[in-house]
Amino acid sequence: MPLYLTDDQALLRDTAKEFVADAAPVSHMRARRDANDATGFSRDLWKSFAKMGFTGVIIPEADGGLGLGHVEAGTILEEIGRNLSPSPFLATAVAAVEALKGSASRERWFPGILSGDTVAALAIDERSKHDGKVTMKAERSGNGFRLTGAKQFVTHGHVADLLIVAANTGHGTTLFAVPNDARGLTATPERLADASIAARLAFDGVEVDADAVIGEVDQGDAPLARLLSAGRTGASAEMLGVGGGAMDMTVSYLKERKQFGVPIGSFQALQHRAAHLYSEMEVARAAVLKAQQLLDSSQDATEAVAVAKAMTGLATALAVQEGVQMHGGIGMTDEYDIGFYMKRARVLAEMFGDTNFHANALAEAAGY
Amino acid sequence: MEDLDQFRLETRAWLEENCPASMREPVRSDKDATWGGRNPVFAHPDQKVWMDRMGARGWTVPDWPAAYGGGGLSAAETKILREEMARLKCRNPLNSFGISMLGPALLKYGTEEQKLEHLPKIARGEIRWCQGYSEPGAGSDLAGLQTSAEDAGDHFIINGQKVWTSYADQADWIFCLVRTDKTVKQAGISFLLFDMASEGVSTRPILLISGYSPFCETFFDNVKVPKANLLGELNKGWDVAKFLLGHEREMISGFGLAGTGGDPLIEAARLGLDPILRAQIALFEVRSKAFGAMSEKFIDELKSGKAHPAQPSMMKYYGTELNKARYELMMAAGGSDALEWESGASNHGHAARAWLRTKGNSIEGGTSEVQLNIVAKRILDLPGA
Repeated sequence: MPLYLTDDQALLRDTAKEFVADAAPVSHMRARRDANDATGFSRDLWKSFAKMGFTGVIIPEADGGLGLGHVEAGTILEEIGRNLSPSPFLATAVAAVEALKGSASRERWFPGILSGDTVAALAIDERSKHDGKVTMKAERSGNGFRLTGAKQFVTHGHVADLLIVAANTGHGTTLFAVPNDARGLTATPERLADASIAARLAFDGVEVDADAVIGEVDQGDAPLARLLSAGRTGASAEMLGVGGGAMDMTVSYLKERKQFGVPIGSFQALQHRAAHLYSEMEVARAAVLKAQQLLDSSQDATEAVAVAKAMTGLATALAVQEGVQMHGGIGMTDEYDIGFYMKRARVLAEMFGDTNFHANALAEAAGY
Repeated sequence: MEDLDQFRLETRAWLEENCPASMREPVRSDKDATWGGRNPVFAHPDQKVWMDRMGARGWTVPDWPAAYGGGGLSAAETKILREEMARLKCRNPLNSFGISMLGPALLKYGTEEQKLEHLPKIARGEIRWCQGYSEPGAGSDLAGLQTSAEDAGDHFIINGQKVWTSYADQADWIFCLVRTDKTVKQAGISFLLFDMASEGVSTRPILLISGYSPFCETFFDNVKVPKANLLGELNKGWDVAKFLLGHEREMISGFGLAGTGGDPLIEAARLGLDPILRAQIALFEVRSKAFGAMSEKFIDELKSGKAHPAQPSMMKYYGTELNKARYELMMAAGGSDALEWESGASNHGHAARAWLRTKGNSIEGGTSEVQLNIVAKRILDLPGA
């Protein structure tokens, strides 16, 4: 399969580009932040994502979705990134769906995701740095389980209808689909640097039925791995949009802004930095597409996913830093959007493991 | 799709049958590379076997037309062949500036006679080519070249000097930029092909910091070249030169990729290193593997006509900077063993010499800074100074 978008995929990208730029441009995010919005995203916008079919992009056709793959989901995520649109798309339509796919739980949750009524959040991380370790306990209790422990960095965890929770069931990890009204669950929303909202969740003996188990008890490693691969690849695609958006803004500014009577983009010092940035972003884009294609062809994508997340972390960090620097003083102002890109890039870089985490994983896999 | 699956199976079977076991081992030094030519040098007899078998099938140039000695494969088939060769860790059967640089220019600009004369010999490794571009006074400002070709009826008389001519002392023919009009700059350049055995051609190898002499100074003293050897039109050589430079950059960008048959940097890392160096290697590998995907994407886009015409500059910049970084890390991982210049243990200083050689990657074929200028102006559309 050639490593570029097919015509159909390019068409979807163009549709997503137009739709997201129109429905949720950066001004949408700024307005919600300024209004001190407590939800963290717009339910109406989520409904309109559903009307476009986007929320079911990777849900199989047999289950009522579009039956497409991570390449297609990535084209939508990139536009979300480019517009800094606050959206539960990554957690719900990509990562949670990937975890639920093929399990009995999908029958309960997919209809709401397809209709735009259901939003999911991922309760995976237990420490400040993502480490993939699950220590939260789930003990058998009656017909179900009792969950005890804490999670953090759960985007939209305070308002999500569904929580995907990884817990330790004694002989392995189990993934649970927990409804948000479960008793004993306390969510504390925290606003992050980028104005998005992530919750700290406390599980104080939260009782769930046996049918909350996604797949099999103690066999949660496989769906969790699928969730993480999808999440990492999706976050990488969103970062391509953030980095690409920052780069485009910056290159435009280099052409407009005049000093010494000429556009500052005519200075070789800035041209070389912009060209270097372009190169890093292109390389990151290739790495992401490679990971997406491997996921979609059901080949082993472990290495490619780690490379994609690590490389987009490097390239996007450069894009937003160069963005602020080349904008000069106005780049430091809240009034200008470029600073938003820097903050969003930082949050996405941390999500599902940062560049160092994935570089280390690559080294361990290679035996050093 | 079924046809391609069938092609893959047949290709795999043919390679398994025909690629000698020794040609599936990693290339350990420059001597392991096969270059062909009138007076070929093979460190191992299997190099000739492998080159001849692949050449006979046209698979040294799988996507060239069969009429010119190529394999006549489609883009998809070429990719499958590449993948299957990588899977079996087959060595490149033939390193050749004829394949990577001149061939594409001949296919685009050559007359039918020129194509039939030169392309099959390139494909089979019978003629080794070198490139006469840079001059002492024309480096980054290549169009400032002065080597002159005087009109003498049915032929030209060439006088002047080239420099950094790769392997000129071992090459059979040269593709050469010459000045056919002194009153204009780019529009006074023509592209000539001629035999290095012609009277008046001489070469002098240049000793490099690596202790090797892969480059030469090349002198032309009243060399007679038939006018039929002009590639493209008179005074339109700059178009051919730029086209060819794109292919040269593609080739050099490949230097940034880890070769087939194991990554020596990772092999070194497995021996145990301090955590800081380990982290540096891990971060390098992120870029290296991502660039592997970029190379695949670039080739796919190039074959389908989707690549930006200036994208080879990005590839050349990134690949060569990556390669320099790789060898810095290899030297750090190699410690004092890697510093031994002559010893058997160091394979005659292979690591150190290769490390030094990489420093030229970001200079030859247009410096990194020239590539960045091109990306800035042609891709990002930034204004001129």
